Amino acid sequence: MKSPKFGIVVFPGSNCDHDTYYVLKKIFDLDVIFLWHKQSSLEDSDVIILPGGFSYGDYLRTGAIARFSPIMNEVINFANKGGYVLGICNGFQILLEAGLLPGVMIRNESLNFVCKDIYLKTENKKTVFTKEIDGQNVLKVPIAHGEGNYFADDNTLKTLEDNNQIVFRYSEGDGSITNSANPNGSVRNIAGIINRAGNVLGMMPHPERSSDSVLGKTDGSLIFKSLVNNIFN
Amino acid sequence: MFKAKVLIKRRKTILDPQGKAVEIGAKHLGLCNIKNTRIDKYIEFNIDTSDKKAAEDEVNDYCKKLLANPIMEDYEFSLEEVK
Repeated sequence: MKSPKFGIVVFPGSNCDHDTYYVLKKIFDLDVIFLWHKQSSLEDSDVIILPGGFSYGDYLRTGAIARFSPIMNEVINFANKGGYVLGICNGFQILLEAGLLPGVMIRNESLNFVCKDIYLKTENKKTVFTKEIDGQNVLKVPIAHGEGNYFADDNTLKTLEDNNQIVFRYSEGDGSITNSANPNGSVRNIAGIINRAGNVLGMMPHPERSSDSVLGKTDGSLIFKSLVNNIFN
Repeated sequence: MFKAKVLIKRRKTILDPQGKAVEIGAKHLGLCNIKNTRIDKYIEFNIDTSDKKAAEDEVNDYCKKLLANPIMEDYEFSLEEVK
């Protein structure tokens, strides 16, 4: 079976690029490359990952300046043609600013930077990013962000719900969706959404930080495994 | 040349966690009449043109595409001629 080639975009201020590279290269033994934000070629990548971090120091709004990095024109074209794009944390924020996903991210309700393991309920296990999660009730994955409070207006939320685009919600360990399980104030406990076409996913939690058994948790690896097993099938 | 003064305000319907937190400080200070604290953005810059219409267009473009996020923010600005 052919394996996809992964391209990880590196912005000034990205800091989860190497973690993601490590997981794809060392855990999954895949073809993976770094793509500097100033270049205009995606170098034949099959999946583009916008990694976590603090691109451009989070100045103005998170992701607002990275969205205009030269490579983003290519990423937007790639996504619009059906190419697979995964935005993690700051990468999710960039996807929102780029208009590839709807809504905005605002400061955590608590105003605190929240860094801890949370539980995620996967609401849509039919996407190319989540098929391998089938059978698992919740995922234990860490978050680490100050601005992960997802907001969208009621019409947008209705569209997201109606089309099964809310892929992950913050939950309790048993999968129930409660206010106390919501770490940042996100509307309807939203932790990750997908575009209508199903090829662009943004999520605040960090699957790359829970993919190596050395770290004591591997639930995040199911997302990368889903991409590897399902992109060409 | 013109100087632009841009005010970017988050829509009233969107929570402003910073404003809310700062207002807690006001309560602690004993300023019990303070309500609806909102923290917005004020940005200044120059536009190097003598054509006011061109300057306005460029400020609008800058605001719409980068300085403000039209999903959650509105902006207003003033221009003054500078030497």
